[in-house]
Order: sequence, then C-alpha cells, then structure tokens
Amino acid sequence: MTFQEKLEKNIWGLLIMVAIVVSVGGIVEIVPLFYLDNVIEKLDKSEDSIRPYTALELEGRDVYIREGCYLCHSQMIRPFRDEKERYGHYSLAAESKYDHPFQWGSKRTGPDLARVGGKYSDEWHIQHLKAPRSLVPESVMPNYPFLAEHKIDASLTEKKMRALAMVGVPYTDKDFAGAADAVRGKTEMDALVAYLQVLGTMVKFQPGKDYRE
Amino acid sequence: MSANVSSEAPEYNLTIVKWFAVCAVLYLVVGALVGDIVAWELAFPSLNLNEYMTFGRLRPLHTNAVIFAFGGCTLMATAFYVVQRTCAVPLWSDRLAWFTFWGWNAIIVSAVISFPMGWTSGKEYAELEWPIDIAIAVVWLSYMFNFIMTIANRKTSHIYVANWFFLGMMVMITYLHVVNSLAVPVTMTKSYSLFSGVHDAMIQWWWGHNAVGFFLTAGFLGIMYYFIPKQADLPIFSYRLSVLHFWALMFGYVWLGAHHLQYTALPDWAGSLGAAVSIAMIIPSWGGAINGLMTLSGAWNKLRDDYVLRFLVVSLAFYAMSTFEGPVMSLKTVNALSHYTDWTIGHVHSGALGWVAMVSIGAIYHLVTRLWKTEIYSVGLVNSHFWIHTIGTVIYICAMWVSGIMQGLMWRATDDYGNLAYTFAETVSAMHPYYVLRSVGGVLVLLGALIMLYNITMTIRTAGQPKAAAARA
Repeated sequence: MTFQEKLEKNIWGLLIMVAIVVSVGGIVEIVPLFYLDNVIEKLDKSEDSIRPYTALELEGRDVYIREGCYLCHSQMIRPFRDEKERYGHYSLAAESKYDHPFQWGSKRTGPDLARVGGKYSDEWHIQHLKAPRSLVPESVMPNYPFLAEHKIDASLTEKKMRALAMVGVPYTDKDFAGAADAVRGKTEMDALVAYLQVLGTMVKFQPGKDYRE
Repeated sequence: MSANVSSEAPEYNLTIVKWFAVCAVLYLVVGALVGDIVAWELAFPSLNLNEYMTFGRLRPLHTNAVIFAFGGCTLMATAFYVVQRTCAVPLWSDRLAWFTFWGWNAIIVSAVISFPMGWTSGKEYAELEWPIDIAIAVVWLSYMFNFIMTIANRKTSHIYVANWFFLGMMVMITYLHVVNSLAVPVTMTKSYSLFSGVHDAMIQWWWGHNAVGFFLTAGFLGIMYYFIPKQADLPIFSYRLSVLHFWALMFGYVWLGAHHLQYTALPDWAGSLGAAVSIAMIIPSWGGAINGLMTLSGAWNKLRDDYVLRFLVVSLAFYAMSTFEGPVMSLKTVNALSHYTDWTIGHVHSGALGWVAMVSIGAIYHLVTRLWKTEIYSVGLVNSHFWIHTIGTVIYICAMWVSGIMQGLMWRATDDYGNLAYTFAETVSAMHPYYVLRSVGGVLVLLGALIMLYNITMTIRTAGQPKAAAARA
C-alpha cells in the first residue's frame, strides 16, 4: 500500500500531513523576517529621526484606518524613476516600523501618500478632505466634511498608546501623561491633517546612497 | 461514482445543506449589490452619500460579503453535503452543524453593522475587529471538527478527493486567520495588529493570497471534484492528476503571498521566491483544470442542453485563465506595471466572478434539485443567468484590463525632456469610461443573481408539484 493510499484511508494521517505541508511556505518566507538583521535598514544618526506618532498624529492615523483610506492610497513608493519624480525617495522598511497595522496599501485609485507630509498646507488638506473636487476636479474621492464636526475622544488616546507600547512602540510615561491634553478639543480633521503632514518626513535621505542592498 | 440518487440514505442531514444553500444565494445578491454600489461610487463620486456609505467603508463590506458570506455559505453547504454523500454517513453532530450555521450568520450580520460604522482592523479581507475574529475562529473550528469527525465515522474505505480539498482549506484558513488576526485590543471595536510594517505586510499577504488560494480555490476545487462528475454523470478524468493537483496546491499556494510585495520594502528574496513558486503553480492549476474539463471527454454534447454543467465547465476555463494570468502578474517586470492598478482588480474578478461564482452557481443549481427532489423551476432562466453572468463578467474584466494597463503606462510615461507626461489627476480622469463600463458589468452580474434567487425560490416553492419541463433525468 502506497503512502498516498494509507493517507486516503486514515483521516488523522491525512490531517497531520496536510497540516505540515501547508505550513512550510509560510515558515520559510515569514520567520526569517523576524531574525535577519538586514530586513529593516540601518540608518545613520544624521538620517534617522523615525519616532512613534504623537498623540494627535496617532488619532489621525486611526481616522485614516477607519475610513479605509488605504483601500485607494498606497504608502509604499517603489524604486522607479516615475515614482521618484511623482512621490519622492523610495520607501524604507524602517519608515513603517511603528505602523500597527502597516498601511502600504495595494491600490492607487488615488496617489501614493508615503511622502505627502509637507507638500501641501494644512488649509489645502482641510479643503481637499471636505470637498476634493473643489481643488482637484478629476478626483473620485468621497467628501469628508464630517471629520471637522467630530471631536476626538481624548479618554481613549492614552489607552491606544499603551496598547501600542505593549507591541513594541517605544512610548514613554511622558507620552502617556500628555496624551489626553494633546488631543482634547481637537477634531478628527485636525488629527488626520497632522498625520498626513508627518508622512514620509522622518528620514533625511543622503543623495545617491543605496538603502536597499 | 454513480449518480444514483435513490441510494440517498434517509438519515443524512440535508436540512442544514438547504439552509446554507439558500443563504449563499441571498448573500450572492447582497454581495453583488454592494459591489456594484462601490463600483458606481468610483464612476460618480457624488454617490458617496454620507459617512456610512463612503467607498472606504463599503468596500470591505463588499469583499467580506462575497468571500465569507456567499463563498463561506457555499463552502459550508457543499462540504456538509459532499462529506455525507461520499462517506455514506450522516453528519457527526447536527447540533454542532446548527451552531456553525447560526454562528456564521451572526458573524455576517455583525460585519454588516461593523463596516458602515467604521469598525475595522485595517487589514484587507480581514477587517473585522477582534471580538468577531474570535467568533470566526470558534465557528470555523466547529465546521472543521464536524467535517473531520464525519469522515472519521465513514462507511467507505477511501476518503474521496473532494474531501481532501475541503480539509486542506479548513486547516490552512485556521492557521491564516489566527496568525493574521493577532492584535492587542483597545476597546471592543478597536485593536492594533501585533505586527508592524514589513512583518505585518508579509503576514497580511500570506493571509491575503491564501484567502484566495485556499478559501476561494482549494475549497471550490472540492466542489469541482464532486459536482462536475455528478452533473456530467461521469467519473473524474484522472485519479493520479487529482493526487498531483492536491499536494502541489497544498504545498505551493502558501508561498505566493510575497508576490504582492514586489519592489516594496520587503526583502527582494521573499518576492522573488513568491514569483518563482507562482510560475511553478501553473502546472498543478492547469492539471486540475484539465482534470475537470477532460472529465467531459467523449461527452461534450452534454453541454448543449445542460446549463448547470455549462456553469461548471466555463468556471474551469476562467480558473485556467486566472491561474495563468496570476503567475504572469507576479513576475517583477509585469508587476512593476500592473501593481497598484485596476489590472489587479480585473484579475481578482476573473477568478471571483468567472471561477468561484460560476462553480458555486452551478453547484447550487445542482444541489437545489437534489435537496428538494425536484426539477429546476425554469431551465430557460438558468440559461439566461448563464449568459447574463458570463457577459457581465467579461465586460468587467476587459474594462479593468484596459484601465489598469492604461493607467500603469500613463504613470510611467515621460515626454521628450524626461518629465512625467501626465499628472496623477489626468490618469484618474482617463479611468472614468472604464469605471462606468465596469459598473455596467456589475449590474449584469447582479441581475443574474436576482434571476437565480427568483428561480431557486420558485423551485423550492413548487417542489413536489408535477412539472412540465423535465430537462434532464
């Protein structure tokens, strides 16, 4: 009796074999990412100002996730000439190391936002979020006027930071203590704009340096 | 296998199969409806009426409704049916089966509430928040446990091939769902993924591609391996090919997720490995498609008047096409163009509308006549459904091919001085006619689903009454 035939007559044998066979690919591709030391790029002190999001930025990021922005906007610039022209330097793994969950996205119905920070004024963003077609007539983005009417729930911000600290984001006691005050009275619009304005601004790239070996 | 219907033992639990099958048809209508709404939203953004109806909130409702509500109920109906028939025993536990039924439907209802409210974990195709994720794990295990115990109790000596595929799907989805959903809760409706950045990306696409590879492929291949031979009344073409198809699929599919991250900050080796295995997967995928298609060899005339069989066979043609297109898109040079564009959306829908929906629709039409021991209410309407669904699918896919490739080319186009030829906004505006066309394709698919709902409702209502149309014996 062949091995295959044995499995076909024994559900427990089949179950165990299947459980082993389907686990191989994931183990080979995922596990090394946690121990290889070149997965997240090493940056010099002069380049690296990657930090956890401030309380307001974090709340803005949660609005970004809630509204499903990642379904139409990527945050992952690829190393191509046109992407460099349009969006800036290609993205590094280090830049999203505090992003739980990652927001690289998979579709560009709208443009990439990985380096949108600092490209437009706060006023532009607010107007654009309220009524995108008033600034970009071709846009198919929904209007988000309600963000300016919703206040941030300041009672949750510290809890959110503590949850993130549990999974490795280096927030300090000072961050926890100041969290509620930093977002009190702010709207979701303020928070989202603060988040957008910091995107892609935390690394000072050296011209000509290859960050992906 | 013989198609001897009268050998049906009375103690089979067919009621649970009936309920899942009816739910599947209802959720097909709902999923297609929400899908078409979001398609129109992209064509005419003023349709984003209020904060609960934006594209960003409804799109997860569409994907979850079609994958987990329609696809899930189809898998549960067919697996519970096939396992009883091929093992010649009733389900191990009726009570557990009803727990699975009500639990799964409760999860679907919670999704319908969650997504418009904006309660999301932000991970594609796994957006439901942690309390619902725990419920999914529990209900899923109840489904798997009942299935395995039924096989363990079987009266037949061999486990039929369709059950291997169902089993593989159940095991892998358990792994994927549990690992990808690991998160720290903040409130009942908010959590943060345990993983971040590049690690989260790899785990997400390990899940994302295998939601396709296992949930939407392995499971539906289980359907193919039972329902095509049954509907055609012929044995499967090659047993050896099924063995090869099964083990190669179980081993290979798992690797493909990394090809979603070509040229990103994921280390190069992972994406290349994903692409290499993707190319290799053409062999088992086509082996499986050929196995299904060749089952009809010498009996192709059956396709002339059997529309249920047509659904099943055309689904395999789409399966073969998608499993060729996918590996091509995983190659770095092609991916550089196709990634981030509508081409991906087109590819997914050729698999989802062409393969998954059509094999499911065929299986459900087949099931309904067996479960209610009757003929289909109107063969003419099945025929209409077949053509409307096929034409809608082809319109959808072609629109997305054109828009995707066009946008990819426009993004990278430069003028004679090396400047970018188009602004991003110009490329968005160029998409408009294709977004309209895609929505029209979606309307046809929805119309087909409504015809199916009507036809199946009438079949059930008129079951037991004498019927004039006896299309097949």
